[in-house]
Amino acid sequence: MEVGQMQRRLVDYTKSLFMEKGFLDAQFLQLQQLQDESNPDFVVEVVSLFFDDSEKLLNDLTMALDQPNVDFKKVDAHVHQLKGSSSSIGAQRVKNACIAFRSFCEEQNIDATLRCLQQVKQEYYLVKNKLETMLRLEQQIVAAGGSIPMIELGF
Amino acid sequence: MLSCGGGSGSCSKDMAVELGDEPHVLAVDDNLIDRKLVERLLKNSSCKVTTAENALRALDYLGLGNDTLEGTVSEVNMIITDYCMPGMTGYELLKKIKESSVLKEVPVVIMSSENIPTRISQCLEEGAKMFMLKPLKQSDVKQLKWHLMKCRN
Repeated sequence: MEVGQMQRRLVDYTKSLFMEKGFLDAQFLQLQQLQDESNPDFVVEVVSLFFDDSEKLLNDLTMALDQPNVDFKKVDAHVHQLKGSSSSIGAQRVKNACIAFRSFCEEQNIDATLRCLQQVKQEYYLVKNKLETMLRLEQQIVAAGGSIPMIELGF
Repeated sequence: MLSCGGGSGSCSKDMAVELGDEPHVLAVDDNLIDRKLVERLLKNSSCKVTTAENALRALDYLGLGNDTLEGTVSEVNMIITDYCMPGMTGYELLKKIKESSVLKEVPVVIMSSENIPTRISQCLEEGAKMFMLKPLKQSDVKQLKWHLMKCRN
């Protein structure tokens, strides 16, 4: 596949993540704009940090909700962190799932919070998959000597 | 979104900062991703950046902590801190800075993911120069720096 085709495929894929499915919001574009010749790996670095951080938080949440006496303050603190990170990178659906999660923490509703955890995990793995695909497409373009196209979305 | 003390157009004299070529900013946030983001945003606005992962480490760095080593106190031109942090909050950090005769003139900016008017006014009343809503964008940081430079004289 030649570079132009790969670039078009990347643009279409990225746009679908934003427009059709709301996986990402405008904050992700902010991250892309912070990447330049002097910081060519900024997006990959931040996204990798997000993956590591989120997986740790999801493990902590699983353990915290598995206790006989659930400490909802602790659960809420973890969800607050995850909400913050997902918001900062533009992972909109993860962020929204965290917002719902927090309201059930406040109610100390064990069943609802367990459901929320499943929801957040699902959204996280979905966006992780999308981001990995996008980054792979970018890598292929760069490897073929092309540049990563800037996405114009008119937010 | 930015909120400034004293109304959106004004700034008090003590916001004047000796910025020189590259202001040195201390950024405090317990979230790793947010620290990386704020650092890049500030560097893109030609600031020298030091990050701290909590208020206690920030106080040590500023020379106000219990564990500050002799001769390691660093000069900062501005402090930007998250509000919600475990242990000491950004608000409590702000108070400690304002209580210090050495550091009270250093502008402090508070960031938060939550838009709570009472929280905002509480911080501004305690002497925060600005309150910024997360997630931060390049335009927020550029505006922040412009505002600080404008008040220089």
